[in-house]
Amino acid sequence: MDSYDVSESTPRQSTSSRPEDYFISATFLQKRLESVRKQTSFIPPSPRRKIPHCSQLQEDVDPQKVAFLLHKQWTLYSLTPLYKFSYSSIKEYSRLLNAFIVAEKQKGLAVEVGEDFNIKVIFSTLLGIKGTQKDPEALLVQILSKSQLPSEDREGKVLWTGWFCCIFGDSLLETVSEDFTCLPLFLANGAESNTAIIGTWFQKTFDCYFSPLAINAFNLSWMAAMWTACKMDHYVATTEFLWSVPCSPQSLDISYAIHPEDAKALWDSVHKTPGEVTQEEVDLFMDCLYSHFHRHFKIHLSATRLVRVSTSVASAHTDGKIKILCHKYLIGVLAYLTELAIFQIE
Amino acid sequence: MSSQKRGKNIQAQNRTSQGSNSFQTTLSAWKVKQDPSNSKSISKHGEDNPVGNYEHADDQAEDTLQMAVGYFEKGPIKTLRNKDKTLEKHLKTVENVAWKNGLASEEIDILLNVALSGKFGNAVNTRILKCMIPATVISEDSVVKAVSWLCVGKCSGSTKVLFYRWLVAMFDFIDCKEQINLLYGFFFASLQDDALCPYVCRLLYLLTKKENVKPFRVRKLLDLQAKMGMQPHLQALLLLYKFFAPALISVSLPVRKKVYFKNSENLWKTALLAVKQRNRGPSPEPLKLMLGPANVRPLKRKWNSFSVIPVLNSSSCTKECGKKEMSLSDCLNRSRSFPLEQLQSFPQLLQNIHCLELPSQMGSVLNNSLLLHYINCVRDEPVLLRFYYWLSQTLQEECIWYKVNNYEHGKEFTNFLDTIIRAECFLQEGFYSCEAFLYKSLPLWDGLCCRSQFLQLVSWIPFSSFSEVKPLLFDRLAQLFFTSTIYFKCSVLQSLKELLQNWLLWLSMDIHMKPVTNSPLETTLGGSMNSVSKLIHYVGCLSTTAMRLESNSTFLLHFILDFYEKVCDIYINYDLPLVVVFPPGIFYSALLSLDASILNQLCFIMHRYHKNLTAAKKNELVQKTKSEFNFSSKTYQEFNHYLTSMVGCLWTSKPFEKGIYIDPEILENTGVAEYKKSLNVVHHPSFLSYAVSFLLQESAEERTVNVSSIQGKKWSWYLDYLFSQGLQGLKLFIRSSVHRSSVTRAEGVNYNSQYS
Repeated sequence: MDSYDVSESTPRQSTSSRPEDYFISATFLQKRLESVRKQTSFIPPSPRRKIPHCSQLQEDVDPQKVAFLLHKQWTLYSLTPLYKFSYSSIKEYSRLLNAFIVAEKQKGLAVEVGEDFNIKVIFSTLLGIKGTQKDPEALLVQILSKSQLPSEDREGKVLWTGWFCCIFGDSLLETVSEDFTCLPLFLANGAESNTAIIGTWFQKTFDCYFSPLAINAFNLSWMAAMWTACKMDHYVATTEFLWSVPCSPQSLDISYAIHPEDAKALWDSVHKTPGEVTQEEVDLFMDCLYSHFHRHFKIHLSATRLVRVSTSVASAHTDGKIKILCHKYLIGVLAYLTELAIFQIE
Repeated sequence: MSSQKRGKNIQAQNRTSQGSNSFQTTLSAWKVKQDPSNSKSISKHGEDNPVGNYEHADDQAEDTLQMAVGYFEKGPIKTLRNKDKTLEKHLKTVENVAWKNGLASEEIDILLNVALSGKFGNAVNTRILKCMIPATVISEDSVVKAVSWLCVGKCSGSTKVLFYRWLVAMFDFIDCKEQINLLYGFFFASLQDDALCPYVCRLLYLLTKKENVKPFRVRKLLDLQAKMGMQPHLQALLLLYKFFAPALISVSLPVRKKVYFKNSENLWKTALLAVKQRNRGPSPEPLKLMLGPANVRPLKRKWNSFSVIPVLNSSSCTKECGKKEMSLSDCLNRSRSFPLEQLQSFPQLLQNIHCLELPSQMGSVLNNSLLLHYINCVRDEPVLLRFYYWLSQTLQEECIWYKVNNYEHGKEFTNFLDTIIRAECFLQEGFYSCEAFLYKSLPLWDGLCCRSQFLQLVSWIPFSSFSEVKPLLFDRLAQLFFTSTIYFKCSVLQSLKELLQNWLLWLSMDIHMKPVTNSPLETTLGGSMNSVSKLIHYVGCLSTTAMRLESNSTFLLHFILDFYEKVCDIYINYDLPLVVVFPPGIFYSALLSLDASILNQLCFIMHRYHKNLTAAKKNELVQKTKSEFNFSSKTYQEFNHYLTSMVGCLWTSKPFEKGIYIDPEILENTGVAEYKKSLNVVHHPSFLSYAVSFLLQESAEERTVNVSSIQGKKWSWYLDYLFSQGLQGLKLFIRSSVHRSSVTRAEGVNYNSQYS
């Protein structure tokens, strides 16, 4: 964690008169502000990104756990850094969260301290779900129903799953002190009432803040381009776009499905910079789709709103829902989502 | 009235307990002094009849209660024949007061003694015990004394049961529990008593700490369980023991969901609620320091807490578990740090500042003025970062113009912004989160929604480099400024004036307390001054353009001149080396205004500029050495230029010769016969009405007035007349800048230290 060393030597009181000193001694709060200023002055934040590729670190991942993350619909949240979170205490957290959930669910009854609930909370780490070594370990929280009868499977059914991760979160990591753990992206699957209880517990315990992470049309186009650009051995789904036309009484949805190989061919024709995706390429890619559609249906899709993108890599909805399909590009997809989450909490 | 009543009770309590000066008593006495509503009602006493009467009745009730307590304290008087009647009367008094307002801890102390000492009969003891309802708290000593009576064996079994039930019900209102915990062994021994066992179990369940769990107690409990069977209360206690010391209890306890203790039989349910209400009641802090609404309306959003601002909770033990070295049971046993829930007054804050438990959610400080003090002085980076994140995210989530159809929360958001602004005003410091919020939300703002709040946030932007903030904030604000109504322009100018003032205050503090520079965005004084001067110039540009757009509106000009009233006094008022003179667009608009109050304001500003520049000059001469903050001669030149123009117009009737020069030919082409005089204090359009009134006052019957007749002596009288009409700015200006001699000349500030 060498990036954190700075915090030790930066007393807030330091009053240096030379500007070059100032940058070293800037407090984390000022660094935050600097980065907000930077973010707000350049929109979009960075107009070129890497095409997702298979990560080296990802090889450490327990394949069973990864399989568990794929093919599920996750609701996205951004999360501010967790205060005083410790990976070594996750067992304690399991117990406390367990008690909290039970207390929330049976408010009014005496709080029990025993372990006789029919649910079980498990905290665990997802090794390898990270972009660089500096990124903190991803964290998995599961709620299992514990069967009453010993004869049944002890593990029980998974009622709710949520996981926290940080992929290439350098920009955020640099601006917080070591009291904080940065896991800006939170993904939940299960009843929203459970998400609410668990989120509340995290907010109370680690003084963090969850916000739903919506994906706007601009970012959806980026996803469409980046995911189309991924090299696939075989395609499992068609590439599909969904546009929404705001009209009353009911909105009209336009679905536009393309054979994934055609989409790839189109991408290759607009793609110039190897290994990277630029804003111009994204715009061009989408414009080609628009003009093609216009030629056939005389509808200007650019005047409507892109609400969903599905590819063989992943599919994303503007409401902040995502489903990751391809094991190989898991990290790549998460990296972009982390970027969006960090942008939201800046 | 509850606070009054409480005050009374406490006064009574002080009367009865002059000797025992416990911490709790002195604290509550302090509280009473602080309570403004209380003191107000006392001062009202006698003036206002109904109130007076009420007070009187109150006093009476107070006295009868004292008598009743005194009666019980003395014990039953055997000789009196109407003993029962008296007893009944006093008992009723105590019951009434107790159920209505609760009893002071001293009264409870006495009456508990009475009830358990067995002076009276069983029925009386029961009735007394049932009404032992505290006004606010019960002192621990009373409980310890009461327990000691249990050993004497003077009270019946049913009284004991009732006492234990009372103790359990009132457990939360006992001021501290260390002493009571020392009696753990005694309580534990009482488990033997079958009738007491369930209630004692309940008490032990509340009392048990890790160190109370001992092998011999475990054995005893298991024995009891063997004897009495699976009793829910015993199970509960065993479970707790097992939780603290899993190694000691190997038996498996039934894993069933169950209510171990019945709450329904609680005799004091309503009374407990009332006590809680009282304890939560009006804060002892002076009202003006109280920030924010007591309870924020719950949000309609599905989760993310129930109110915008989290409830104040000290860091729960869950938080501490994050630290490796601390186990859960350790946390439960902690008693060193000071819990926030008990923090009620500033002296308490000072006493405990070293061991204050911080709130588990930093956002909750926003509603608590004491903690705002704390976070303001603690300068702890994680604390500030936590607050930063919380506030940034909440603003973003709540901001109504971020989301379509979110306007139903408008009121809520406005209230939230108001709370933030109150906190900023209270601290006299802006929050970084608000600055970041402004950056993000300004481009989306319509200029209408929450305008007043939004612009106030602008005025609290923490001091920083102007050039950095300009593109993010001021340029975007300018777009709205130019395209909006005159009222919007005035509001913006007003908030920029406040911004300037806040920056100046901050800088003047910063210079004088150098070591605590906490935001060295501009590290040198020169840099800081540069930033301020850029802000002033920027507002100058905005103002000049706005004057053109609004065709020299007087209303707008007032706001602009208000801004320059701050600007002209920076050197003297804030002791900062900066003088920026206003742009010609503003100066000449004001000089040629048709409104006397504008001209008066202009005169005042010129007078203050004069003072500031003179003071600066003097300092420069004293110091001799060339400091980096010597003003350029340009500033002096500019000012002198304005001054000569002004004196030329208003006084010497030689306009446009010095200062601004206009070719006489052009002036003659205007067709004004005597243009030279037409802008002096008599003929200036904005003063003409004064001149006429002045002449009419002198000779009211004349049908025609000749304003040109104001000359010589009359000129001086006229001036006095003007001054008497409230034109103080003009007075100051003429006194300081014009030599009233035969040769009138402008007294400029000489930048070459020699007169020109």
